[in-house]
Amino acid sequence: MKALLLRDLKLAIRAGGGFGLGLAFFLIVVVLVPFGVGPTTELLSAIAPGILWVAALLAALLSLDRIFALDYEDGALALLATSPLPLEALSLIKAVAHWITTGLPLCLAAPALGFLLQLTPQAYGMLIFSLLIGTPALSMIGTFGAALTVGLRRGGLLLSLLVLPLYVPTLIMGADAVRRAADGQDATTPLMLAGVITLGSLAILPFATAAALRVTLR
Amino acid sequence: MSLWEYANPKKFMEWTGPVLVWVAILAAICTVVGLVWGFFFTPDDFRQGSTVKIIYLHVPSALMAINAWLMMLVASLIWLVRRHHVSALAAKAAAPVGVTMTMIALVTGALWGAPIWGTYWEWDPRLTSFLILFLFYLGYMALWAAIEDPDTAADLTSILCIVGSIFAILSRYAAQFWAQGLHQGASLSLDKEENVADVFWIPLLVAMAGFVLLFLALVLLRTRTEVRLRRMKALQARARRA
Repeated sequence: MKALLLRDLKLAIRAGGGFGLGLAFFLIVVVLVPFGVGPTTELLSAIAPGILWVAALLAALLSLDRIFALDYEDGALALLATSPLPLEALSLIKAVAHWITTGLPLCLAAPALGFLLQLTPQAYGMLIFSLLIGTPALSMIGTFGAALTVGLRRGGLLLSLLVLPLYVPTLIMGADAVRRAADGQDATTPLMLAGVITLGSLAILPFATAAALRVTLR
Repeated sequence: MSLWEYANPKKFMEWTGPVLVWVAILAAICTVVGLVWGFFFTPDDFRQGSTVKIIYLHVPSALMAINAWLMMLVASLIWLVRRHHVSALAAKAAAPVGVTMTMIALVTGALWGAPIWGTYWEWDPRLTSFLILFLFYLGYMALWAAIEDPDTAADLTSILCIVGSIFAILSRYAAQFWAQGLHQGASLSLDKEENVADVFWIPLLVAMAGFVLLFLALVLLRTRTEVRLRRMKALQARARRA
């Protein structure tokens, strides 16, 4: 399991393009928003929590189709399926690798982008914290979507259509936590509910992902 | 003789043929009677005026929008467990009907909201949940359309339907947590006092029965078409090989 995780991480970092592309996309989306809505400080700081969360979500979406596609094309996925490691564990590791290469950098970069959007100072801690709690769910849900579309030639667009509606609950809870923190309210409830979604996804979706992979590899 | 024998494609085609005719006739009668009664022979509401009559389209279509997904979920589970091809095809056939019902519920809701709430759209939990349900239908249908091998498509869409159901319910409660609504609560429950008055209630019931039957008729018809399509493809494949 560890070897597989390390392999995926190395591939993501060294095989150019994938790693960092999500971060750059995150930056660009956030930079584009003030051009669209105007540079008013009050307006920007009011919409900052939502924009940061939506941008993080889109950036996480960007690298999803690489999770299984490369392994599927060169046959590595079929080999991995015959290994003693169950496909459920493989799905979980793939999601973890995706989170480390995409979700974690997003969490760390988010405060810097918060400056650009005039995010209220007391919300920075909650921004990182809510992203840390919420993005693993995004990676796991995305891995499931990637498993559904891995055998398809034009899976990329379909993948976003399948995955984005599934992201809604996480987005609602995550952005709400940051918004409450920005308003100086208690954000425990949405944060805990975001945790529920993450833990539930990690518990259930590896099985659904593995089932989808088995169908594709049949 | 077990119930499952009726799922055999040949048996299915045999018994649905005559049943479909009667379901379609009943659906037409109930829908027409319910809608005509509702539109022309009920009094105007004392506050909402004649706009209240949208209810005869809005409520039945919303009912079927949710139940269509539920039916797809049951059909998907049957496919995954018992591998009856008709079941997978019925789930596939129900999706476009369900998405149309969702569309009707959303559009009539917007038209009703404009005079009563003063807005076509409000980010109310119920409205939002329906919009998300609409997106789920689109994704489900897109996945069916994208996969060529019919068995793979049936398997993957079934898995999506199950996971989608979980997330649809999650979204519904998340949306409730996220915004306060304009939409009224349930006013048709059987066990409460404050229901819709009988003058509106009885034609509404007829219209709802009509929409249920209409859904059944459409799904049966579409499933029969899918079975025939499948047979035709098999025949073509055989002809190519010969």
